[in-house]
Amino acid sequence: MSSWLDYTINGLIVGNVYALVAVGLALIFGVSRLINFAQGSIYLVGAYIGWVAVVQLHTPLPLTIIFVAVLAALVGLIIERFGLRPLQNSVRIAPLLATIGISFVLDQLVMLTFSPNPRALPSQLPDVRFQVGGGTIGPLDLLIAGVGITSALLLFVFLRYTRLGWAVRAASQDRDAAMQMGVDVNRVNQTVFGIAAALGGVSGLLVGMYYNQIDTAMSLQATLKGVVAEVVGGAGNVPGAVVGSLLLGLVESYGVAVFGTSYRNLFAFLLLVVVLVLRPNGLFASARQAPPEPLTGTFIAPSRPVRIPRWALAVVTAAFAVLPLLPVSFYMLQTLINAWLLGMLALSLTLVAGTIGQVSLGHAALLAIGAYTSALLSLTLNVPVGLAIISGGLMSAALGTILISPSFRLRGHYVSIATLAIGEIVSLVILNWEGVTRGPIGISGIPPLSLFGYDLISPASVYWFAFAVMVVLALLQARLLGSHLGRSFRAIRDDDIAARAYGLGLNRYKSLAFIFGGFAAGVSGGIAAHLYSYINHETFNTQQSILALTVVILGGLGNVVGAIVGAVALVGLPEVFRIAAEYRILIYGIVLLLLVRFRPQGLLGTI
Amino acid sequence: MGQPHAPLLSLRGLTRRFGGLTAVDGIDLDLAKGGLVSIIGPNGAGKTTLFNLVTGLDRPDAGEVRFEGEDITGLSPERLAGRGIARTFQLGRVFGNLSVMDNVLIGAHTRLRAVKPAVPVIGPLLELGLALLRPASVRDEEERLREEVKAILGRFGERLLPRIDQPAYSLSYANRRRVEIARALALKPRLLLLDEPTAGMNPSETAEMQALVAELKAEGLTILLIEHKLEMVMRLSDRVIVMDEGKKIAEGPGEEVRGDPKVIEAYLGHGLSGGAEQESAA
Repeated sequence: MSSWLDYTINGLIVGNVYALVAVGLALIFGVSRLINFAQGSIYLVGAYIGWVAVVQLHTPLPLTIIFVAVLAALVGLIIERFGLRPLQNSVRIAPLLATIGISFVLDQLVMLTFSPNPRALPSQLPDVRFQVGGGTIGPLDLLIAGVGITSALLLFVFLRYTRLGWAVRAASQDRDAAMQMGVDVNRVNQTVFGIAAALGGVSGLLVGMYYNQIDTAMSLQATLKGVVAEVVGGAGNVPGAVVGSLLLGLVESYGVAVFGTSYRNLFAFLLLVVVLVLRPNGLFASARQAPPEPLTGTFIAPSRPVRIPRWALAVVTAAFAVLPLLPVSFYMLQTLINAWLLGMLALSLTLVAGTIGQVSLGHAALLAIGAYTSALLSLTLNVPVGLAIISGGLMSAALGTILISPSFRLRGHYVSIATLAIGEIVSLVILNWEGVTRGPIGISGIPPLSLFGYDLISPASVYWFAFAVMVVLALLQARLLGSHLGRSFRAIRDDDIAARAYGLGLNRYKSLAFIFGGFAAGVSGGIAAHLYSYINHETFNTQQSILALTVVILGGLGNVVGAIVGAVALVGLPEVFRIAAEYRILIYGIVLLLLVRFRPQGLLGTI
Repeated sequence: MGQPHAPLLSLRGLTRRFGGLTAVDGIDLDLAKGGLVSIIGPNGAGKTTLFNLVTGLDRPDAGEVRFEGEDITGLSPERLAGRGIARTFQLGRVFGNLSVMDNVLIGAHTRLRAVKPAVPVIGPLLELGLALLRPASVRDEEERLREEVKAILGRFGERLLPRIDQPAYSLSYANRRRVEIARALALKPRLLLLDEPTAGMNPSETAEMQALVAELKAEGLTILLIEHKLEMVMRLSDRVIVMDEGKKIAEGPGEEVRGDPKVIEAYLGHGLSGGAEQESAA
């Protein structure tokens, strides 16, 4: 039984750390109805500031904690002032996307400054263990518990007994009413971001010490865990976030005890999806309470799309079709092949996120399903590659739609969280289902692209193949948008309540959009698998999902031509300017931020 | 199925509670085919909640809704739309990024047949395939509906027809209300629920709307109307129901209800004399 006590203690300690992240998320959600996807980046920044303090400045522990809290709070204030405040009156999706962009920028800045290699963050406490009952507990465990409880008490006193704390609570109950009563909402926002960032930074420091290791991959994991804990406890509910965090810590710890370490995250995300589906307002909300999301208002910036005449599109298509016949470099064809593959993914995402308004953050999972299906069919069953790719598309359409379907009853930001979690679940299942997917080893020796028995080896033939598939998918999608389904999808996006009142079943039409979009993404993944000849569970990751989202926003949500233009621009321009690979993600993040701020309708306009 | 003289719509003991507040409290209501019943009452009386209960956007805690003799309590809004119940929304819910034409075409969604074969299980996939292939039957249906939409828009004179391809977000407030009514008419409703169709309209626009509702009634359409402008209510209604704090406090012909002391108290007691002001404005 002693190990069970150890797992319980471990669960509560880890839960305590999650609570520091989740409480910040809950405070921010309470005041601005925003899920702050940059929270994990502040946690990362906190860990590295801690490293500088401990390893280079040799500060004593109390000073380290204060140093990290103050600098992290400063980062939070900067994010609020320059990243989010300018977006107060823009469309509701804007702040969410901005926090994603900010998190990309921060993570990359940390990576460029400190290199992506993991570093040791030594704990400044003596390494002893005390016997407690049947288990053991160390001074660091006690410190984490102490910091957690102290922060909770300080926060409680602040919210309950100070004027600014009252203002925070008033703004989170009714922002407009609070403003009319003279509450300075900007100051409240600043306060909340400062507190959230300080807590997040300290949390990163403590986790770094706990595992004696920090690396840049911590950021996304922390955001995800914090979001899980917050949603489980009820978005915007501060005590709920604490309970949700402890629960998450315990569920993970027991899950690891029974199934092994590689299942840790799977349990976290399954918990999230179950809570979102069964109790979208969190465990502590009454069942029939309205969700804390506005029921009206579109997620899309109103704009008039740029109309491109058909002949112009035909001319450009023809020009790209004859490109391999011209004396162009191998490198250029290679770049454009990547652009066409990304273009297919963007077509899929622009339908799902733009046309029907389900902003998916886990779209790379559809690539993975298509890639694995196609690779395994051609390798183990000797299915011809062309047929295998189509099967990959169909599998992605079917399986993707089934997996995403729990999110169909959700709205707005919740859809993004659910799809992000579902995407992570797919990647974790691929990692753990060794019998089928070969687990962490990945699949190698995937046969090259071929068509009717002829291998497509030369860059020109691969180029034509990818380009032709993409053009066909784009034409089909344009045709779909011109049908009654196009207007039905857009009606659901603009106002799902009015759409239902006119007979549009949400499940039916969201499924159709995901089936069509899943096919395009699955085909893209299938082609990529045969092109790369090796794939594993990390080939198609969240970074690619976010890149696709940036492409789609750059082109204009829902805009078919825009998706392709965006893909060419984001893949091609860094090549043209010969920007080093490690700066590219940073540039994508900055592009996303600038778009959200200055041109939310994208280059060609939303449709 | 229903008895020959049963009302088209009948509510019995309909109740909806939000926490400690009973927004709709045991409402009974009968609406005969071709009739027009108005629901009036101060703000917060529960009128819109009642509409939500009838159209399936909200589910009652108690009571029942019968339509054409069948129990439809708690059916989903999409099923109820399929049965011919159309509504407009108090605050206006047009599809902002859709053109006027597309907005009204959505109203006709439940009447699509060629592109939406009633086949179980694979029906949705057939719908996707037909939308992509567009055989002649699908094109003809779409063309017919487009002509019909133009005819419906024609009922609003030159208000909407010249703007048929403009996105709804670019329309004036009054025009958006008109688009909502056009969308409801495109469903070919058997029952039409109008939630304050003249809210925010000036006197001449209100008069236009009143004439349109009168026309619809004369054509035999069954209408349930929420309206604050008493002049319009008195002119059009067969019967008026007055609600206050979720309860029905009076029911009868307009003139009779208007003089009811309970009604006067409900309005004045809540400090809302807006109805009277608007009446003189109209």
